[in-house]
Amino acid sequence: MQRLLQLPASAVNMVKTAQGQEEAKSPVLTPDGSQATWYSAVRPDELRHLRAGGEVEDAGASAEEGANTGGQAQPLRHDDLKEMLDSNKDSLKLEAMKRIVAMMARGKNASDLFPAVVKNVACKNIEVKKLVYVYLVRYAEEQQDLALLSISTFQRGLKDPNQLIRASALRVLSSIRVTIIIPIMMLAIKDAASDMSPYVRKTAAHAIPKLYSLDPEQKEPLIEVIEKLLADKTTLVAGSVVMAFEGVCPERIDLIHKNYRKLCNLLIDVEEWGQVVIINMLTRYARTQFLNPNANEVLLEEGEEKEFYGSDEEEGKEEKVEKKKPYVMDPDHRLLLRNTKPLLQSRNAAVVMAVAQLYFHLAPKAEVGVTAKALVRLLRSHSEVQFVVLQNVATMSIKRKGMFETYLKSFYIRSTDPTQIKVLKLEVLTNLATETSISIILREFQTYIKSMDKDFVAATIQAIGRCATNIGEVRDTCLNGLVQLLSNRDELVVAESVVVIKKLLQMQPEQHSDIIKHMAKLIENIQVPMARASILWLIGEYCEHVPKIAPDVLRKMAKSFTSEEDIVKLQILNLAAKLYLTNSKQTKLLTQYVLNLAKYDQNYDIRDRARFIRQLIVPTDKGGALSKYAKKLFLALKPAPILESPFKDRDHFQLGSLSHLLNVKAGGYQELPDWPETAPDPSVRNVEVMDKRKEKKKVEKPFYSDSEDESRLTESADSDSNTGSGSESSSATEESDSGSKSEDSGGESESEQQEKPNRKNGLELLKLFWHSRVLFVCILPCSAQTISPTFSSLKTYELLHRLTGEGLAVGYCFGRQPFVRDPHMVTVQIQFTNHMDTEARNLRVREPRLQSGMRIKEFPEIEVLPPGETVTTVMGIDFCDSTQAANFQLCTHTRKFCVSIQPPVGELMAPVFMLENEFKKEQGQLMGMNEIKETLVLGEACQSDYAIVQRVTAAANVGQVPCGSDQEFAGKTMTSNSLVLVTVITKRDRTAQLTVNCEKMVIGTMLVKDILHALSQ
Amino acid sequence: MIHSLFLVNSSGDIFLEKHWKSVVSRSVCDYFFEAQERASEPENVPPVIPTPHHYLISVLRHRIYFVAVIQSEVPPLFVIEFLHRVVDTFQDYFGVCTEAAIKDNVVVVYELLEEMLDNGFPLATESNILKELIKPPTILRTVVNTITGSTNVGEQLPTGQLSVVPWRRTGVKYTNNEAYFDVVEEIDAIIDKSGSTITAEIQGVIDACVKLSGMPDLTLSFMNPRLLDDVSFHPCVRFKRWEAERILSFIPPDGNFRLLSYHVSSQNLVAIPVYVKHNITFREGSSQGRFELTLGPKQTMGKAVESVLVSSQLPRGVLNVNLNPSQGTYTFDPVTKLLSWDVGKINPQKLPSLKGSMSLQAGASKPDENPTINIQFKIQQMAISGLKVNRLDMYGEKYKPFKGIKYMTKAGKVPEGRRDEAALP
Repeated sequence: MQRLLQLPASAVNMVKTAQGQEEAKSPVLTPDGSQATWYSAVRPDELRHLRAGGEVEDAGASAEEGANTGGQAQPLRHDDLKEMLDSNKDSLKLEAMKRIVAMMARGKNASDLFPAVVKNVACKNIEVKKLVYVYLVRYAEEQQDLALLSISTFQRGLKDPNQLIRASALRVLSSIRVTIIIPIMMLAIKDAASDMSPYVRKTAAHAIPKLYSLDPEQKEPLIEVIEKLLADKTTLVAGSVVMAFEGVCPERIDLIHKNYRKLCNLLIDVEEWGQVVIINMLTRYARTQFLNPNANEVLLEEGEEKEFYGSDEEEGKEEKVEKKKPYVMDPDHRLLLRNTKPLLQSRNAAVVMAVAQLYFHLAPKAEVGVTAKALVRLLRSHSEVQFVVLQNVATMSIKRKGMFETYLKSFYIRSTDPTQIKVLKLEVLTNLATETSISIILREFQTYIKSMDKDFVAATIQAIGRCATNIGEVRDTCLNGLVQLLSNRDELVVAESVVVIKKLLQMQPEQHSDIIKHMAKLIENIQVPMARASILWLIGEYCEHVPKIAPDVLRKMAKSFTSEEDIVKLQILNLAAKLYLTNSKQTKLLTQYVLNLAKYDQNYDIRDRARFIRQLIVPTDKGGALSKYAKKLFLALKPAPILESPFKDRDHFQLGSLSHLLNVKAGGYQELPDWPETAPDPSVRNVEVMDKRKEKKKVEKPFYSDSEDESRLTESADSDSNTGSGSESSSATEESDSGSKSEDSGGESESEQQEKPNRKNGLELLKLFWHSRVLFVCILPCSAQTISPTFSSLKTYELLHRLTGEGLAVGYCFGRQPFVRDPHMVTVQIQFTNHMDTEARNLRVREPRLQSGMRIKEFPEIEVLPPGETVTTVMGIDFCDSTQAANFQLCTHTRKFCVSIQPPVGELMAPVFMLENEFKKEQGQLMGMNEIKETLVLGEACQSDYAIVQRVTAAANVGQVPCGSDQEFAGKTMTSNSLVLVTVITKRDRTAQLTVNCEKMVIGTMLVKDILHALSQ
Repeated sequence: MIHSLFLVNSSGDIFLEKHWKSVVSRSVCDYFFEAQERASEPENVPPVIPTPHHYLISVLRHRIYFVAVIQSEVPPLFVIEFLHRVVDTFQDYFGVCTEAAIKDNVVVVYELLEEMLDNGFPLATESNILKELIKPPTILRTVVNTITGSTNVGEQLPTGQLSVVPWRRTGVKYTNNEAYFDVVEEIDAIIDKSGSTITAEIQGVIDACVKLSGMPDLTLSFMNPRLLDDVSFHPCVRFKRWEAERILSFIPPDGNFRLLSYHVSSQNLVAIPVYVKHNITFREGSSQGRFELTLGPKQTMGKAVESVLVSSQLPRGVLNVNLNPSQGTYTFDPVTKLLSWDVGKINPQKLPSLKGSMSLQAGASKPDENPTINIQFKIQQMAISGLKVNRLDMYGEKYKPFKGIKYMTKAGKVPEGRRDEAALP
C-alpha cells in the first residue's frame, strides 16, 4: 500500500515541474519526448497500479491532494472548487464541475484542477461523470501522468454489460491523447470491433482515426480492424467506418471491392453524415473501376468541332465512332448511380452536393441533368450554403452548360443578396449565356449596372465583357453599351468599362477608331489608374488609327508624368516608345523628355524600363543591333486576351471538396483518378453467395427497405441496365430478405431460394436475378409489430368479407413470384384476419370445383389463428391461361364458405427476361392476327416514361425490356408459355400507341383492354 | 474533420470555445477577424477562409459567428450544414440562440456539443436523440434538480440511436394526441417597371408539430401533388412511396420538425397576390421629386393581405421625404436612405397609398437609378400555389388523433423587386 501511494504523488510533482516549463509555450501541447521516455521506464509498474482498482485510486488521489495543497500555494482561487469536488455530496460536485466547464468554455485554463477532477471519474452521478469526461479529454494531453489514473475506470467500463457505458468508455479512452496508453487503446478497439452492439462497433470505428493520429505506426493493425468493420452490415457502422477508412488508408481501394455492393445498397438507410462520406469515397472508387461513360461523346464532340471548320471530314468521323466498341455500363456502376439518385431529395445540403458531384464525375452526360434541380433548390438555403453551391455550379456550368439552362432565372440576382453571392451568380449567368439567352441576360445586366453596390457593378461590367468575347453576335451590342457607360457619372463604372473595352477592342481594332478617339478624350477626366493605363495602352497600340490625337495625348501625359501612379507611368513610357517608332518627327523630343523624367523616378521598375526603351529605340553608335527590330518588338500583333472564367478547369478537383472551393490542394485531399483505359476485373466485387446467406441471418433488417422493395421493380425498369445488375451480392441481399419474410408466408419459397443460387451459370443467373427483382415487388412487409399495411403495393381483392365470414376476413392478391412447386401455377397470397373473439382453427381448402384443366395447390392447413391476428399464406392455381374463376370452399373448424378467385388477365403471365433484339425478333414472328394495336390518350398522371412503366407493370405481370428504345415489356403465359409482348410508343400530343403481340388472341385482346384502362386513367 | 469551434459575437469577442481534438489556440481566429474587417457587411465574410495551417469555415446566424476550425480536406458544405444544425439544436433547446442564452446554458451547450461530434465527426444530430441524452432546461426541471440532486443527463442509450427510426424515441405518451401541419409558402418574384413578372417562384414548407403516442405511421396525401416540382424530405419520409404514389408516408419524429420543403416552379404561372402602382419622378434642375405609391390586392381568393411592409432604398441624392400615408406609418432613415412603410392590412375598398414629395440635395443632378421596392406581406389560410392537403391517415395505433392543417402565404426574403426596365444599349 505504501508503494502504491507513493507513485501518484511523485507523478504530481513531475507534472508541476513540467507545467512550469510548459506555460511559456504555446497552448497546443505536443507530447513531450522526455516525459514519455521517463514514463516508459516505469510503465509496467504503473500499469499494475492502475489496474489495482478504484479504491487505491481514490486513496492515491487524496494523498496527492494533500501534496498539492502542501507543496504549492499558487492556485488559491480554485480552493473552493477543490473542496466541492472533494465533498461527498454529488450536488456540490456537480456544481463545481459546471463551473469548471464554464471556465473551459471561456477559454480559461483550468488545468490546475486536474488532480481534483480526475478522481471523480468513477463518480456514480452520471452528469458529474460526463462532465469529468469532458474535462479529461480537454486536459489529459497536458497532464499525461495524472490522466493515467483514470484509465482503469475506463477499462472496467469497457466490460460493462450496458452498451452505452461500454461505448462511452471507449470514446473517452480513445480521446485521451496520451501516447503511453496506445497499446491499451489498440486492444480496446479490437475488442469493440467485434462487440455485439452496433453502437459500440460504431464507436470503435470512430476511435480508429483518433489512434492513428496519435500514432501513425499503428496503421497496419488498424487497417485490419477497418477491414473487419467494413464487412459490417449495419447502417449504423457503415458511415463511421468509411470515415475511418478515409482517414487512415484511403489508398487501400482494394478493401472496398467486396463491400461495394453492400455499401451501395445500404446507402439510403445510413445517417446523413455517413452518406456524404460514403458517396465521396465511392466516387473515387468508381473512377478507378469503371469506364468513362462519356468516352464516346468526347469523340463525338471532337468530331463536331471539326465539322464546324469544314464538313469534309464527316465520313471520317463516323467511321471513328463506329470503330469504337459500343459502351456498356458496368452494372455496378449503374447500381451506384441508381442508389444515390433518391438522395438528391435529402434535406441535408451536403448530401445533395455529394450526389451532384458523383453524377458530375461519373454519370453519362445525359443523366447529369437530374441533379440541377436539386442544386437550384439549395440556392434557397442559408447564404453560406449558397456560396458553396454556387461555386460548384459555376464549375459545372462551364463543362455542362445545358444542365442549368432551364434554371437561368433562378440565378437572377436579388438586391438583398450579399455581394459575394451576387458575384458568383453573375459568374454562373455568364457561363450560361448562349446565343439564345444572351439578350435576356444582357438586359438583366443592364439593371445590375444601376445597383448601388459598386463592387458588384464592376463585376457586372467584367461579365458583359466576357459575354461579348464568348458570343460573337453580341460583341458590337456590348461594346456600344459599354461605350455608353463611359459617360456614366460614377467613375468606377467608367474605369471598369474602359478596362473591358480595351480587351474587346483588341479583337477588332480597325473598326473602332472612333471609340479609341472617344476614349482618348476621357483621359482628362478619369482618375482611376488602371483605366488611365488601359487608355494609354490602347492609344499606343493603335496610334496609327488615331495619328492626330496620339501625340497630343503624349504631350498631356508628359506634363503630368510625375504625379501619375506607377502603372500609368509604365504605359506612358510604352506610348512614348511606340509613337517614337511610328511618328518620330513629332514626338522625338517628347519621348526624350519622358525618358529623362523616368530615369530619375523613384521606382526602379520605371527606371529600368526607361533604360531599356532608350537603348532599344534610340539609335546609338555601339550596339544598335536590336534597334532595327524595335518596331517589330513594340508593334507586334498581340493576340487578343481571352476572358476566361476563373472556374475553368477547376473540375480536376473533386467537386464539393474544400480543395475545389479554394482552388488549392488542401491537406489530405485525395486526387480524383482518371478513368481507366480498360476496366479492371469486375468479378472482384463478387461475394460468395452461400457465405453471405449464413451471415445475413443475423443482420438487422434496414429500415424501410421492404417498402423500398415494392418499388424496386419500377425503379429498375427506369434504369436501362437492370440486365447486368445480376450481381450475386445484391441478389443475395434480397434473397435473404425474402427468406426472412417467407417465414410468415408458410416458409415455402425459402427452400427454392436456397436451391437457386447453386446453379449459377451465365445468363441463367442473370435471369434468376431479374426474376428475384420482380419477385420482391410482392414481398410483404413482414414485421407484425410495425404498421406498414400489408399488400400495400399490390392490389388486394376480397375473398371473404368479415361480415359474411362471421369475423373471419380473407383477402388475396397475386404474389407475382413463381410458385415454387409448379411453374405453371399462379401464386396467390391469402391473408386471413381473425376479427372474432375466439380463435379460428383448422383453416383449409376443400372441394375445389374447377374447370377442366385447372389445378389448385392448397396452402398448408392453418391450425390456429388467435383473435386479432393476421396470417398470410400462399397457394398456387393453374388457371389454364383463362380468366375463369377457381371456386373452392374455405373451411374453419366450424364453418364452410364458398369462395372464388378470378384472376385479371395480367396475372396469368410471368415476366420474361429478354434483350431488345430478341424482343424485336419475337415480335416479328407474332404479326398479323396475333398483333393488336390501339391508340390511346395518356391519362393525366402518366405523362412520364416512368409512370407508364409503372402502370403497365401494375396492370400485367410483365417485365420491361432493358435498354429498349421504346417502352417494351415481355412476359409469357403461365400454362402454355406463349409469349406476350407489349410495346408502348409515346407521341408528342399525349397520345400513345399500344401494341400487344400474343399467340393467344383472347389474352391479347383482354390485355390490351386492361392496359388501355390503366394508361388512360 | 471538425477540429474546434469558436463562437464569436458581433463585437468580435470569442465567448465560447470547444475542441474535439488537440487544442487549437484561439489566436487562429485572428485570420477570421481580418477577413471580417475587409468585408463591408457582416454577411460578406467569406464562409471559408484558408490560414497557413488550418481552414476556418464559418456561418453567421443570429448575429453570432460559428467558426469551425478544419485541418484537412472535408466537404465545406458538410461543415456548414453541421454548424447550422448546431444552431437549430440550440434554438430548439433554449428557444432563442443568442449570446446570452448560450452563456446561461453553457454546460448544456457543452454537453450537447460533446454528444454531437466525436473526434470531429457528427455522432448524434437528431433532436429526438439528443433530448433523450440531455433534457432541455426548463424552469421546473432546474428547480427539481436543485432540490433532488437529480440530473438532466439520460442514463440509457437512446433507443432511437439503435433503432431503424433514429429520429423517433420510443415510449412516447400523450393524453391529447395531436398532429398539426402548417403549410407555409413564400413567394419570391421580381417584377419590372411595367408590371410584368421577370421571375416568380414559390417555395413552400410543411412544418409539423406531432404529438402522438406510441409509434404512429402517418400518410399524408395531397389533392394536387403534381404541383410540387421539387421536394426535399425529412429522412422519415419513405421516398419510394412518394415516387410511386405521391403520398407522404412516414413515422414522424416526436415534436416539431420540417416534414417537407418544396418548390413550385415558375412554369406554373404564379399569380402575385398584390400589385403596386408607383410614380417616382425627379425633375432635372429642381430640388424636389414626387413620390406616389398605391398598393392593391390581386387574386387573393377573398383572403385578406396582412402585415404588409413596403421598403425602398431611395437614391443617394435624396435628402429627406415628406410623405402622407393613407394608413399605417412610414419611416425614412436619412443616412441609409431606407424608406419603410408599415401598411398593415390592405382594405380592398380603400387602397392604401403613400404620396408626397422628396427633397434632393441642392445642385445634385437627377438620380439615374429608379429605386427598388420590396414588399412583405402575409396571407392567412391560403397557399398561393393552390396546394391542398387531401387527407391524413394514421396506422399502427388505435387512438383517434386530433388533426389540424393551416395554410399561410408569405412574401419571401425579397418579394418584389420593382425596378427600372432596362433599355437595351
